[in-house]
Amino acid sequence: MSNVKQIVMPGDPVEVPNLKPRNGVYKCGDNAYCSQFFGILQESEQFVDVVPFTGKYVPRRNDKVIGKVIEIGPSMWIVDISSTYTTLLHMNDAPWRVTSGELKRYMNVGDYVYAKILSINEIKESWITMKDVGLKKLEGGTLVSLPAPKVPRIIGKGGSMVNMIKDATHTRIMVGQNGVIWLDGAPENVIVAIGAIRKVEEEAHTVGLTDRVKKYLEDKKGEIVGNSE
Amino acid sequence: MGTASDKKLFDENGLRLDGRSPGDLRPIRIETDVLNRADGSAFIEWGGNKIQVAVYGPREAYPRHMQDINQAFVRARYNMAAFSVDERKRPGPDRRSMEISKVISEALQAAIMVELFPRAQIDVFIEVLQADAGTRIAGLTASAVALAAAGVPMRDLVVGCTAGKVDGKVVLDLSKEEDNFGQADLPIAIMPKSGKVVLMQMDGDLSVDEFNEATSMIFKATERINQIQRDALKKNYANTAQDWGE
Repeated sequence: MSNVKQIVMPGDPVEVPNLKPRNGVYKCGDNAYCSQFFGILQESEQFVDVVPFTGKYVPRRNDKVIGKVIEIGPSMWIVDISSTYTTLLHMNDAPWRVTSGELKRYMNVGDYVYAKILSINEIKESWITMKDVGLKKLEGGTLVSLPAPKVPRIIGKGGSMVNMIKDATHTRIMVGQNGVIWLDGAPENVIVAIGAIRKVEEEAHTVGLTDRVKKYLEDKKGEIVGNSE
Repeated sequence: MGTASDKKLFDENGLRLDGRSPGDLRPIRIETDVLNRADGSAFIEWGGNKIQVAVYGPREAYPRHMQDINQAFVRARYNMAAFSVDERKRPGPDRRSMEISKVISEALQAAIMVELFPRAQIDVFIEVLQADAGTRIAGLTASAVALAAAGVPMRDLVVGCTAGKVDGKVVLDLSKEEDNFGQADLPIAIMPKSGKVVLMQMDGDLSVDEFNEATSMIFKATERINQIQRDALKKNYANTAQDWGE
């Protein structure tokens, strides 16, 4: 168990002394918790979670996501956020003064948005909003996607991983909680950044990932344009 | 059961046609993540059975009137390829495959946490490429692996096995000949952690004692099959660990 965290299967008991089971578990007896997922055990200070290796994004309030407009109604854009359900963007939640029936003039089918989950109800209908700092329609750039459960690893503790990739490759990166990532910069740099992201994706379940990504970025230093050295 | 015949299904040492003793399983091999476009997939070889399973979803259920506001529904589709059996099978759904699709859907629905996905459906496509008795159980066993690989929340895996009566003897994991010329066939699928039965069908006749013997054989065999499922799931992730040789 040195470099891979403990792997659990659906139904496996989740028992770690002194830690409370939190996400990815269900009650399978009196005071007993079992895993819902095929994934790894992740221990934090107070809690133990089961993090699945893959799976659909589950929307949560205030998550920032990147979505694709797939349909336009008279007053709503229907947006695909690679979750089980599509989500809705009402014209009043857009940053423009939109009149009903004129939605196409602002965003068309196929456009991407960086938006925030506004609310979600018991039958998993959800609404997103673009009325917050930094939320916008995405123009230019490149998109990559990966399974939503791996997003926390891409971001790292307090954004350490994504900031490291940003600084090393001189690219602009926006990470949606749903696993869609937007990158912009010189094409050579974007390729290196995507390589780093793919590396995190493949090795998300291992320990000591930051050091290996650091080494990867150092090895690729020569390919990056715009370095001051 | 097929027609009665004087075909000998045991040799003088009490071994079966393929050299197994009554309590032996056929060799089983499972592979996961074999299809890129599916959310989860698995391929199983169980003796002569070769079955490909693909899982899609949970995704919004269509047609709209099928949506259940409280839970997702599981739609398994068991399909045999025209070339999967000796004599060409007329392609498309028939009474047998529709029945199997139904019982597999219900077995999986018991294991999947469907209540987490209102209005959704989970599709499981089971394609039998080569059939050699026990395909419903092999398909179900592989489906559970594919669902776990797809990251679908489940209470437990599902694992199954068959037993039956051949020449008056209870044997585990019937082969094609034993299925055709035997007296009974009993497929059972369970959730291995809780031991709950999620699928049970019987074809032919068994006495109570024989039934008990068959079930205990199956329950014991499912432990081994469950281990094969777990090893198959783990394999992809153990490899990445070894790649660095750390």
